Amino acid sequence: MSDHNLNAQQYWQANLRLILGCLVVWALASYGCAILFRPLLSGIHIGGTDLGFWFAQQGSILVFIILTFFYAWRMNKLDEKFGLEE
Amino acid sequence: MSQFTINLIFVGASFALYFGIAFWARAGSTKEFYVAGGGVHPVLNGMATAADWMSAASFISMAGLIAAGGYANSTFLMGWTGGYVLLAMLLAPYLRKFGKFTVPDFIGDRFYSRTARLVAVACLIIASVTYVIGQMTGAGVAFSRFLEVDNDTGLIIAAIVVFFYAVLGGMKGITYTQVAQYVVLIIAYTIPAVFISLQLTDTFIPAIGLFSNHTESGMPLLQKLDEVVRELGFRDYTADVDNKLNMVLFTLSLMIGTAGLPHVIIRFFTVPKVADARWSAGWALVFIALLYLTAPAVASMARLNLLSTIYPDGPTAQSIEYAERPDWIKNWETTGLIKFEDKNGDGRIELYNDTPAFEAEATARGWNGNELVVNRDILVLANPEIANLPSWVIGLIAAGGLAAALSTAAGLLLAISSAISHDLIKGTINPDITDKGELFAARVSMFVAIVVATYLGMNPPGFAAQVVALAFGIAAASIFPALMMGIFSKRVNSKGAVAGMLAGLISTLVYIFLFLGWFFIPGTASYANTPDNWLFGISPLSFGAIGAVINFSVAFLVSSMTEEPPKEIQDLVESVRYPQGAGKAVDH
Repeated sequence: MSDHNLNAQQYWQANLRLILGCLVVWALASYGCAILFRPLLSGIHIGGTDLGFWFAQQGSILVFIILTFFYAWRMNKLDEKFGLEE
Repeated sequence: MSQFTINLIFVGASFALYFGIAFWARAGSTKEFYVAGGGVHPVLNGMATAADWMSAASFISMAGLIAAGGYANSTFLMGWTGGYVLLAMLLAPYLRKFGKFTVPDFIGDRFYSRTARLVAVACLIIASVTYVIGQMTGAGVAFSRFLEVDNDTGLIIAAIVVFFYAVLGGMKGITYTQVAQYVVLIIAYTIPAVFISLQLTDTFIPAIGLFSNHTESGMPLLQKLDEVVRELGFRDYTADVDNKLNMVLFTLSLMIGTAGLPHVIIRFFTVPKVADARWSAGWALVFIALLYLTAPAVASMARLNLLSTIYPDGPTAQSIEYAERPDWIKNWETTGLIKFEDKNGDGRIELYNDTPAFEAEATARGWNGNELVVNRDILVLANPEIANLPSWVIGLIAAGGLAAALSTAAGLLLAISSAISHDLIKGTINPDITDKGELFAARVSMFVAIVVATYLGMNPPGFAAQVVALAFGIAAASIFPALMMGIFSKRVNSKGAVAGMLAGLISTLVYIFLFLGWFFIPGTASYANTPDNWLFGISPLSFGAIGAVINFSVAFLVSSMTEEPPKEIQDLVESVRYPQGAGKAVDH
């Protein structure tokens, strides 16, 4: 395998790891905190209701925004590191 | 100045702006017509994507849905935003690198199969046509309410406006009008919300007001709302749901459906670089969130406002007399979207949850059934009137609602017409067509698509009300998995992809038809659409996620039993994974 191929393969593996990490957070915020774990979080109060309700109507959207920007930022770094940027 | 004149000025001014942009951004080549020349700035594309995405449903219906369902309908908020995370990481950058014009383009090339391409075209057309009908009827309703014309005339005006900038400018014209439409719609949505938030909670930002204290009672707003609705026999606004599996699957279906909708995906073909596609998804989400963070505040505040109007002295005291109802109720009664019937003949309006569980209490209060039926779609449109806001705010809402409907309609019509001119005519029927000939074909397809959409908007078929089931179901079960496998697997071959797409599509459609009627023909449902009948309590609207799992499984199974994709296809997959050289790939 040539250097270029090896390099490209490492880049792709790094991308997959990053995606996996981001998707875990994505799922924890929406399916976790906002739906499945809501009863467990009901002891934490916020603005007249519980944390799960906040995640369902506000928190998960904020997490999504942070995730997409974080991913774009990290990928730009990876593009540079592996010399694959345009 | 009369309200009609004010509405006319706001709507007229916004339309003049769209026409001006359309004239300035004319398309001269297929590349400009399909992908706006590929030179749209990522922030502008984010704004255009937000307008493309936020339809009449987001602008008009979503707050009403949340107001009615409370916590349980948070699914729409999460589902319709969470999809952008998937789009940003799993699809947009790689499809941008691929650098062609349509979604079926990629599916056809990656799976080296004309059948795969045609299945993708069929899915795209069913999903987009269902979606566009709702936009056309939404525009018709907004016109008829605010400009006092009948519904069909309103629809035709809307069609002519879209025709002008979509046929002339293609994606280029649509992109820049969408940017303007985003600005109009977000201002229109935010201003009344800010006023209402100030009135109810003394808080300037509605999203913060939602979790603040209700000024009048000193209690947290959501607690106050829970208390009021409980007194009238409704479920607590913040109450948890019992069927968590269905809630998870419904949210997941909406998310992967969002990521798989072609009219959203093609917006990411318009930015210059792969990195821009990633940033652009983030910006789109920011611009979408400005409305989606306000919507739940509007929902709870409008519901509290409505109930305080009916029960001025609290839900346990007497309700208002029909003769003394406010003007906004009178205005909306004329449209038939608010209906009153004095069932117990006491001359007062009683609004409550008319269920067996609450019957004893209702009888004790001398009530004989719920008397006021409020269509939940009017919540946002009537909001300024309910809160007694100045008449220019009402004019603004009219312009905003139309901007939301028209921007989404234009995006959908472009997805439909490019599938016809690029995938069917150039890709299948006449591959030797010149660029000029294809551009002409694209414009004719656009014209035909508008005529068909207008006709269907005037005579909505049964499936028009099933946007969530049909458009999101198909996008989730068929298009999203095919695209994702095309990028993340080198092993999935043409047979696997076609089998997977068909399995996902058919299983989802059958499950929907079983409960909602075969081809949505009333009376043909095999089972009553109730949770008891659903398989494992999964509603037909939540089945898209299951359809996607079926698609993935069948595709991998069939591929593993058949030959590997040819070398050049594996190289193609390699090339979309790495950003380098995306600029070149565009000029094919």
